[in-house]
Amino acid sequence: MTATPGATPTIVLVGHGMVGQRFLEALAERGLTATHRVVVLCEEPRPAYDRVQLTSYFSGRTAEELSVTDMGFITAHGIELHVGDPAVTVDREARKVTARSGLVVGYDVLVLATGSSPFVPPVPNRDAAGCFVYRTIEDLLAIEEYARTRAATGAVVGGGLLGLEAAGALKGLGLASHIVEFAPRLMPVQVDEGGGAALLRTVEEMGLSVHTGVGTQEIVVDEGGAVTGMRLSDGSELATDMVVFSAGVRPRDQLARDCGLKVGERGGVTVDEQCRTVSDPRVFAIGECARAADGRVYGLVAPGYEQAETAAAAIAGDEAAFTGADLSTKLKLLGVDVASFGDAHGTAEGCLDVVYSDSRAGLYKKLVIGRDGTLLGGILVGDAEAYGTLRALTGSVPPVSPESLVLPAGAGQGARLGPSALPDEAVICSCHNVTKGAVRGAVTEHRCTTVPEVQKCTRAGTGCGSCVKVLGQLVTAELEASGVAVDKGLCGCFARTREELYEIVLALRLTSYRELLDRYGREGARGGDGCEVCKPAVASIIASLAPAIGASGYVLDGEQAALQDSNDHFLANLQRNGSYSVVPRIPGGEIAPEKLIVIGEVARDFGLYTKITGGQRIDMFGARVEQLPLIWARLVDAGFESGHAYGKSLRTVKSCVGRTWCRYGVQDSVRMAIDLELRYRGLRSPHKLKSAVSGCARECAEAQSKDFGVIATSSGWNLYVGGNGGATPRHADLLAQDLSDAELVRLIDRFLMFYIRTADRLERTATWLERIPGGLDHVRDVVVHDSLGICDELEALMRAHVAHYRDEWAATVDDPEKLARFVSFVNAPDTPDPVVAFVPERDQIKPDLQLLSIGPRPADDVLEGSAQR
Amino acid sequence: MTLAPETTDLLVQLRLADGWFTVCALHRLVPGRGIAALLPDGRQVAVFRDRADRLYAIDNRDPFGGAAVLSRGLTGTHRGRPFVASPLLKQRFDLETGQCLDDESVRVTAYRVRGV
Ligand code: SRM
Ligand SMILES: Cc1cc2nc3c(=O)[nH]c(=O)nc-3n(C[C@H](O)[C@H](O)[C@H](O)COP(=O)(O)OP(=O)(O)OC[C@H]3O[C@@H](n4cnc5c(N)ncnc54)[C@H](O)[C@@H]3O)c2cc1C
Ligand code: SF4
Ligand code: FES
Repeated sequence: MTATPGATPTIVLVGHGMVGQRFLEALAERGLTATHRVVVLCEEPRPAYDRVQLTSYFSGRTAEELSVTDMGFITAHGIELHVGDPAVTVDREARKVTARSGLVVGYDVLVLATGSSPFVPPVPNRDAAGCFVYRTIEDLLAIEEYARTRAATGAVVGGGLLGLEAAGALKGLGLASHIVEFAPRLMPVQVDEGGGAALLRTVEEMGLSVHTGVGTQEIVVDEGGAVTGMRLSDGSELATDMVVFSAGVRPRDQLARDCGLKVGERGGVTVDEQCRTVSDPRVFAIGECARAADGRVYGLVAPGYEQAETAAAAIAGDEAAFTGADLSTKLKLLGVDVASFGDAHGTAEGCLDVVYSDSRAGLYKKLVIGRDGTLLGGILVGDAEAYGTLRALTGSVPPVSPESLVLPAGAGQGARLGPSALPDEAVICSCHNVTKGAVRGAVTEHRCTTVPEVQKCTRAGTGCGSCVKVLGQLVTAELEASGVAVDKGLCGCFARTREELYEIVLALRLTSYRELLDRYGREGARGGDGCEVCKPAVASIIASLAPAIGASGYVLDGEQAALQDSNDHFLANLQRNGSYSVVPRIPGGEIAPEKLIVIGEVARDFGLYTKITGGQRIDMFGARVEQLPLIWARLVDAGFESGHAYGKSLRTVKSCVGRTWCRYGVQDSVRMAIDLELRYRGLRSPHKLKSAVSGCARECAEAQSKDFGVIATSSGWNLYVGGNGGATPRHADLLAQDLSDAELVRLIDRFLMFYIRTADRLERTATWLERIPGGLDHVRDVVVHDSLGICDELEALMRAHVAHYRDEWAATVDDPEKLARFVSFVNAPDTPDPVVAFVPERDQIKPDLQLLSIGPRPADDVLEGSAQR
Repeated sequence: MTLAPETTDLLVQLRLADGWFTVCALHRLVPGRGIAALLPDGRQVAVFRDRADRLYAIDNRDPFGGAAVLSRGLTGTHRGRPFVASPLLKQRFDLETGQCLDDESVRVTAYRVRGV
């Protein structure tokens, strides 16, 4: 760009959002910050932050962690950043920008990166107290404050990508949440009708109420002017305490309009392929405020970054052009797998769809394939596992048939395409336009050995985060290929896996965690106190193997007491206010009236809240720590024992009524369920174990969603393994058919002990089965055909467990020394914890605790911490 | 605060504004676990003992969840520093300073503690 002779030429950037910051980095990379004065006017009270990850604020990321601005970078490049001082006018004649503070800056080049603002439909009372938008950190702070102090129910207007994210956030704040969407389906832009149906199912299962095909007509308010509900276009009224508008965005082009720059019909500063405004060669527009040369206003960050690079190149006099971009997206909302990429709606001429849909399972996968077999785009709902790979393959002919790419794995010909199938040019991270070749280069040339290092080096994975999974696979594959050992250690204290530690404990009959840590821990961890990851994991290994290695089978004995998770330490589940829940075992869900009465009496006498659980038993909530022994003394007396609701161990074996009562039943499912529950009770394992027995193929006990499920046949039992409900449901696989009682028990003994031996910590059987090499076939070889010759040992281990089982609560109430720990205060054993308080609700009680809404620390993949029941 | 007591008949004491306050006998503390105590002004403190018998004390209330349960968390060592992980949502707190290791902006009170 030409400069005023004599003076340092000045670049003024208006708007310091994600794209603005990227533009500054591009300027620096091209050396322009050295030759130019760079002035930035930033409207928000803080420099650029990661808006894409905004919602993660609710899961514990702080405003500081969201920042994408390195102040060191700003000062090092002499950038004049004016925070909290927006531009108010531009005088193009005089080439001057005036800021709200009165600051006037002359420019040689002006770059507009003002982003967009949320669109709020013009409905009556849209400004009422309790109405919000979802765009900035300040918006989130306001929403959080209102949700905490004044709302129990929230509604989001708009069922698009952001609307779903906002609704998920409201739910995370503890509100009953509604989504109101005018279109007939959710995410109308990204998914088609079939995808919308599958998505609806998943979203509703998460506990969000969805209202599609209705518009918002009016916000209803009370005398004080605060929101109480909304009137919908079908005449109904939805009661809600707050409303978040998320009905799309509009480019912030007012500044441009006011100074006479051309804007598009539907808004957006009109620019050419160099991102220069068509009206003024000295003015550029980038990001969400710009209407690109292809006539579109892009609402995603990746195209904005590309525009930032393009504008910087143009200013430097280099060649670059922005002609259009891909609109791939993946929903970041926890628990919903939705992704769309490329030409998702199949707009290209002559293209074909390949669709796999299973609405019962909430699955919908569609690929759009060109005439010549090129993958053009697709939609994935319910299982977006393949997103990273498929997106990267877009534009090429996949190496396997498209049909096999959408079929679920296990459905015969379903193929899994790993990232190794991708060519080097394939774009892995579309936010930062990083190719597979660049990722490999980071490992081989720049010697990165971890995903965070590769992220820092290439920027891949630091945008929306949807490519991180593929990135991890690639980095591991590349490291392994170059002979670098990948750290698969259990935690910061142990470089070994759980499986290796299990083998060490078994082979050396080690019964002490300290000894294990001091001999087999990482160098720096030896002699230390371990951590919250390895202590319970090792405690679990020792407990699983207790009889075989000569350890005490009682988890509160000696050193073991110090290792147990907090719940196991008190043999009860900790509740949010510091009280505990009590769950006695009710094998097979069968309970005599006398015992039911005891539960009722105990709950009444101790003022506990009672609920029938999803596991066919009864949970009593709200016990103070000092009440636990008193409660259990009565329960043990009446013949109850621990239900291990707190342990990583067998939970319940659910059962239908079976042949005894049911006209269809072919076996006695209740008896079998009770037998199995009593056999495996108290067995500590890598994660919890659930089971069920159904009396016939109608499957009323839902056995196929269990870690091991049993279904009666006319000649015996079918055994299914690896089922899971929870966050990532999986149907169990058939392991063996028509087994006799003895054969069934023998196979389950072997299966469980093999799982306990080889699984990772907090790995349910479903994940384990998917992970271990050879999968189900391998497990069948080992436990049915004894291919490793270890079945005798596995059975012996289980026999030892069964022989040594003793109820932990009976052992505890008999031991005065153990009982001493059940006090709120060591120095005031008779004083209850005053924080544990209750208020009435629906004839019972609930915790009375002012909720603080800072979420958990961003955890690993496992639902850890919640992982108690 | 740290100190290595030598015998087991010791008392655990906390430093409060007006002097040392006796909490309990040392043997009530299991190495690697904590215990809660009530202070005269109604506040609660979580006292810990590590495997080397060093003692620590921080406020018992989890600043994230609100419940008074930090004494029931699992302890460990992170980069050479002792910590407790809250049993609620697992945020970790440095036992010597009370600083939350997972959120710079959060810190709980730490007390000086000794065995006498
Ligand atoms: C009480 C109960 C809900 C109810 O009122 O019905 C319940 C309550 C909890 N569940 Fe559950 N789950 C209960 C049945 C289930 C079921 C249904 C079932 O077992 O048939 C499932 C889905 C089936 C499955 O596990 O495959 C279920 C899937 C989960 C999960 C997700 C597991 C997964 O593999 O994805 C967790 C989190 C975890 O364990 O990591 C969880 C965790 C929890 C925790 C322990 C969360 C926590 O850490 O505090 C809850 C404890 C409440 C408390 O404080 O006491 N709960 N939970 C049910 C107790 C059953 C019982 O009698 O033991
Ligand atoms: C909750 C949420 C989730 C999202 N998820 C995704 C996703 O998964 N993937 C994706 O690609 N995109 C996502 N986006 C969109 C993405 O955040 C935007 O595309 C991106 O932030 C656009 O960057 P920008 O710099 O153009 O605009 P912005 O980030 O909005 O920055 C513009 C800045 O300019 C400031 N400004 C405006 N006018 C002036 C003025 N006159 N003077 C000075 N400053 C001014 C504004 O205050 C703002 O700070 C999401 C957005 C939100 C809100
Ligand atoms: S699974 Fe079969 S036997 Fe059991 S209750 Fe249902 S229909 Fe009856
Ligand atoms: S694709 Fe968004 S961070 Fe990589």
